[in-house]
Amino acid sequence: MTKHGFFYEIRKNRTLFLMALPAILLVFLISYIPMAGIILAFKDYRFDLGVFGSHWNGFENFKYFFNSGTGLRVTRNTILYNLMNLITSQLFAVMIAIFINEMRGKYFKKVTQSIIFLPFFISWTIVGVFVYNIFNYETGTLNSVLKSLHMDPVNLYSSPSVWIWIICFFNSWKWVGYTSVIYIASILSIDAECFEAAEIDGANVFQKIFYITIPSISPTIFIMFLLNIGRILRGDFQMFYQIIGNNGQLFDKTDVIDTFVFRSLLTSGDIAMPAAATFYQSVLCFVIIMVVNGVIRKTRPDNALF
Amino acid sequence: MENKLAIDAKGRIPKTEGANLLFNVISYTVVIVAAILCLLPFEILISGSFTDEKAIALHGYGIIPSKFSLEAYHVLFKFPDSIIRAYGVSIFITVVGTAIGLFITSMTAYVMNRKDFKYRNKLAFFFYFTTLFNGGILSTYIFFVKYLQLKNDLTSLILPLLINVFYLIVMRTFISSIPDSISESAKIDGAGDFTIFMKLILPLTKPGLATIGLFYALDYWNDWYNAMLYITDVNKYPLQYLLFSTLQSAEAISRISKMASVAQISVPTLSLKLAMAVIATGPIILVYPSVQKYFVKGLTVGAIKG
Repeated sequence: MTKHGFFYEIRKNRTLFLMALPAILLVFLISYIPMAGIILAFKDYRFDLGVFGSHWNGFENFKYFFNSGTGLRVTRNTILYNLMNLITSQLFAVMIAIFINEMRGKYFKKVTQSIIFLPFFISWTIVGVFVYNIFNYETGTLNSVLKSLHMDPVNLYSSPSVWIWIICFFNSWKWVGYTSVIYIASILSIDAECFEAAEIDGANVFQKIFYITIPSISPTIFIMFLLNIGRILRGDFQMFYQIIGNNGQLFDKTDVIDTFVFRSLLTSGDIAMPAAATFYQSVLCFVIIMVVNGVIRKTRPDNALF
Repeated sequence: MENKLAIDAKGRIPKTEGANLLFNVISYTVVIVAAILCLLPFEILISGSFTDEKAIALHGYGIIPSKFSLEAYHVLFKFPDSIIRAYGVSIFITVVGTAIGLFITSMTAYVMNRKDFKYRNKLAFFFYFTTLFNGGILSTYIFFVKYLQLKNDLTSLILPLLINVFYLIVMRTFISSIPDSISESAKIDGAGDFTIFMKLILPLTKPGLATIGLFYALDYWNDWYNAMLYITDVNKYPLQYLLFSTLQSAEAISRISKMASVAQISVPTLSLKLAMAVIATGPIILVYPSVQKYFVKGLTVGAIKG
């Protein structure tokens, strides 16, 4: 900020400003303007009066959200599911990356990697079809296999607690291929001389993995965790909605903040509670990300997000 | 640890080989099982779509068709209008959205990467902030429907996905690998910023453009969520949402069947749903082998730099 002000800059780099303008306007329109809507959390919203015309009602919406028990339930589920998903998917991705990296058969390596990457390309709608195909009571594959083994069929749609495993499984299923590519890249950037030296010293493959590979990729693992911790209050809405749908029996164990907001909005048209929930979620997310970023800046300054 | 390695090197090489063999057994088993688990749901889906309706009702979905039948596909192709229209909508939003998104993203990424653009860090934060904090679906929904009047307008399917901050950052990483001297020397030769971008930078970032373009295309092709929020007119459903709504409501199935069953055939609702899922997945599975390598390349570059 020396002698040249904003207008000087605009004149000097007119074309560059114009080139960035569409993106600026777009993001302003899609993301910044709706931010004003967070005041809905403190309003008694009426569609005819609009966001700004509706009356204020203080913290009523929040009181309602938490007193009804919904607030705590969805918060608990959101955090629990995201933590489980984070741990399982990263663990599998690291495993698959190490295994694929150690494989010698070039063709086998390529084919299996492509297959494991495939689910990333599939929409959650199709995943929803899979889940229903496999687990539904009357015609599901699971039950037809059980029946052919002369065992009793199981109705998973009336046992909410197994869904955390099903959701974890499909979350990993969809993301492991993608995430393992990132880890493979990070393994490939390890200096090959380390491995050669260890081999000459007689290290076996387990020793190489535990003493060289894992320590070398741990910064990547660390960053992946931190990035995802920041999103711990934002469930993957599409996944939850497609797998669980409007299955009321399972809500106690599967309802997360995003599905709750969406369902209230679409089915009951109730604005008050979801508005409060959205605000609560955004603020908590923001706080968590600030803390996470602070931690990164302290420990690994190069990797700080901002 | 060094001590142990030294002993191994002295005379116990067979032990190292034994460990390596054990590792190979574990790694190949895990990777093969993972690959099978990734393919299995597709197998069940395809098998189900070719199974006779009565056989499904009796035995459920199996891994191989218990009784082969093409009935579901016959019915679908007897009345293909809604599917063809949905294909049209999906192709339209994918092509238009990807083209515009790619153009705006790469152009903005270039501006953000120009060292002589004074506000580049402020600009980066302007975009990045939207990933930390947002107004939530509630206010976005109200803004789109009430203030922009986008209900049942295909714009509402294109706008929300048009610029993705994560892709913007990846693109910026790509462009940052191009030496600044190219822009500088072109500038001295009298080229304008926009010309430099179009004539020099774009051709040099082809792998980046391919990766980001595929990301955008995939997002548009797999989108059902925005359609669920903003589209109520059946003729404007994109493919994934048509599939979703067909799965959700028996009504949609009976509508197709009423139009198809001129000859009073019984309609295979169970296998019909699966046949639709197969048709909605088809294009992705077909292009997947040829685009997968770009993803891997793109992700690899992004991971090493980022």
